Amino acid sequence: MSQASDGSRSLHLSQVTKEFAAFTAVKSIDLEVPHGSFFALLGPSGCGKTTTLRMVAGLETPTSGSIRIGDTDITYAKPYQRPVNTVFQSYALFPHLDIYENVAFGLRRRRSPEVDRQVKEMLELVELTSQARKKPPQLSGGQQQRVALARALINRPDVLLLDEPLGALDLKLRRAMQLELKRIQTEVGLTFIHVTHDQEEAMTMADTIAVMNAGEIEQMGAPNDLYENPKTTFVANFLGQSNLIAGKVLGPDGDFVKVDMHGVTVSIPVSRAHAAGADGWIGIRPEKVLIAAVGEEIDAPGNHLDGGIVTDVSFVGVSTQYLVRMPWGQELQVFEQNTGRRRLFAKGETVDLSWRPEYAFLLDASQDVTAGIEDD
Amino acid sequence: MARPGRNRYTGYLLLAPGALWLAAFFVIPFYSLVSASLFDPNGSVLTGYKMTFHVANFATVIRVYHSELFRSLWYAGLATLICLVIGYVLAYAIAFKGGRWRNLLLVLVIAPFFTSFLLRTLSWKLILSDHGFVVSTLQNLHLIGSNQHLLNTWFAVVAGIVYNFLPFMVLPLYASLEKIDGRLVEAANDLYASPFTAFFKVTWPLSLPGVVAGTLLTFIPSAGDYINQTLLGSPGGRMVGNVIQSLFTTTQDYAGAGALSVILMVVIIGLVLVYIRKAGTEELI
Ligand SMILES: Nc1ncnc2c1ncn2[C@@H]1O[C@H](COP(=O)(O)OP(=O)(O)OP(=O)(O)O)[C@@H](O)[C@H]1O
Ligand SMILES: [Mg+2]
Repeated sequence: MSQASDGSRSLHLSQVTKEFAAFTAVKSIDLEVPHGSFFALLGPSGCGKTTTLRMVAGLETPTSGSIRIGDTDITYAKPYQRPVNTVFQSYALFPHLDIYENVAFGLRRRRSPEVDRQVKEMLELVELTSQARKKPPQLSGGQQQRVALARALINRPDVLLLDEPLGALDLKLRRAMQLELKRIQTEVGLTFIHVTHDQEEAMTMADTIAVMNAGEIEQMGAPNDLYENPKTTFVANFLGQSNLIAGKVLGPDGDFVKVDMHGVTVSIPVSRAHAAGADGWIGIRPEKVLIAAVGEEIDAPGNHLDGGIVTDVSFVGVSTQYLVRMPWGQELQVFEQNTGRRRLFAKGETVDLSWRPEYAFLLDASQDVTAGIEDD
Repeated sequence: MARPGRNRYTGYLLLAPGALWLAAFFVIPFYSLVSASLFDPNGSVLTGYKMTFHVANFATVIRVYHSELFRSLWYAGLATLICLVIGYVLAYAIAFKGGRWRNLLLVLVIAPFFTSFLLRTLSWKLILSDHGFVVSTLQNLHLIGSNQHLLNTWFAVVAGIVYNFLPFMVLPLYASLEKIDGRLVEAANDLYASPFTAFFKVTWPLSLPGVVAGTLLTFIPSAGDYINQTLLGSPGGRMVGNVIQSLFTTTQDYAGAGALSVILMVVIIGLVLVYIRKAGTEELI
């Protein structure tokens, strides 16, 4: 398939909704996935990721809305009639067929020529040539995962759906497979839609991430956009960690918005202010917060807060993570790189905090501050 | 770790009840059957039987009763095939479409077992009788002639066998179908297999253990059955079971009955072995 990666085979979902009896699993989502991109669908358990994939695969019919690949409407096409293949969450390898036949399954159904050559090439790609005649239960988890991938990939679908394919693997194998998947995707140039609830995985692998929550897409964009400029408290908490502090909007000031934060006036870029009303949550990532001894000059000509007291220090090697209690009683998280040039602060010390205005963001006060915090 | 000396005999001790059971209810009857088949054919209950290793008994019964033997295999084979078709549809429907009614449906499948085998078979006599609605319906539809009947024909016997042994087919089929992960069928659909192809490439091969078990459980007892033929068949269409039964109880020709039983057993074992080899499921059983 050497067609240029034009828009003619990109995937579009428009206002797709799926209801199960009284429960709405997917609520009117809109997506556009350009051909050849690595797209991640990220969200907590039960948010509707698998349901979304199943609708794209044709294993579930949307209650309303439409799904297109290029100009072809596939909303109601049978699963075996659409150019989409799936790597299932549970692999779903055929236990009665050996690895070779599992991989050849799709080609044989379509009476593709040169099955043998293609299967051998694919087994080579996933490094399973020596396992070709084994049955799936005889393989390790990582090997089964690669068979599942090979079995779908060999069909060169317009869209390849991966439903948490790495979920069952241990951390080390997981990292290795992430790189492998990314390499294969770049090599074959297919559209990958990768479902995961591991935010790190999504950020390292994807060109575009859509964060899903309770059946809706909260925000979609490039990983660093999503991380740096979250639009909802859910995204701010689910992708990495955030300090969210209550504030009152005072008014615009050029490219910035002035916000009163417990008596301190801070500024936030207009492009990063997403609060509709007069109240908002001021958000700042822990690694963007600088910490200094009282009176010490901080290299951040911005919002300056004093009167913090260190309540917890945890040294994690590359960085030190502080919890600092502010005068209004809230504890803020501060991550500092261990450059070795600064001393560590001790529990109970009084410190000043500061951050550059351009790193802060402002979220709507109506949103739940604890949304998206994973309790583990 | 227990002392090695103690361990040595525990295994045998645990095996003992099973071994005794087998000896009492399989080895000894089997031995007496085989020895009966080698008795002097001229003996009788009054004069007693002599063990003469009279191998010719086998040739004699084959010569005299081969048509009954073939008829049995043919009836049993046909009934098994019909059971397989009906049973597969039934088991498939219960396993995949049964939903929360599954268990109730399974109970219904075995419900006939709560009445006696004889009574159930006798009731087929009524169903298939010349005045029953089956015959009159078929006659009205001109599927059978107005003076033809169903009772006392091979059709009635096969129908009776199918009816009586269907649960033996359904249960193992259900057990293996129920175990099949529905996601495998979805995966097949996803890989360009239509529902039809997915059935033959995934569901059917995965249900083979149930097919093999079900066909064996149906075929073996129906090949030796004589109740259905006695109650529903014609005197001219006897099955090997009828012959053995009458040789044992009426004629009291123990040698002939024994020889015929052994032959039936050998034939069935032979067929089963060929069948299992063909189905390629030795490892699955
Ligand atoms: N067939 C169904 N009938 C009823 N409810 C369903 C059905 N399938 C899914 N759901 C519900 O829809 C919601 C979304 O399910 P889905 O499987 O899409 O979640 P997910 O995001 O893939 O979660 P996970 O990360 O745990 O795999 C869940 O609350 C689930 O209970
Ligand atoms: Mg899922």
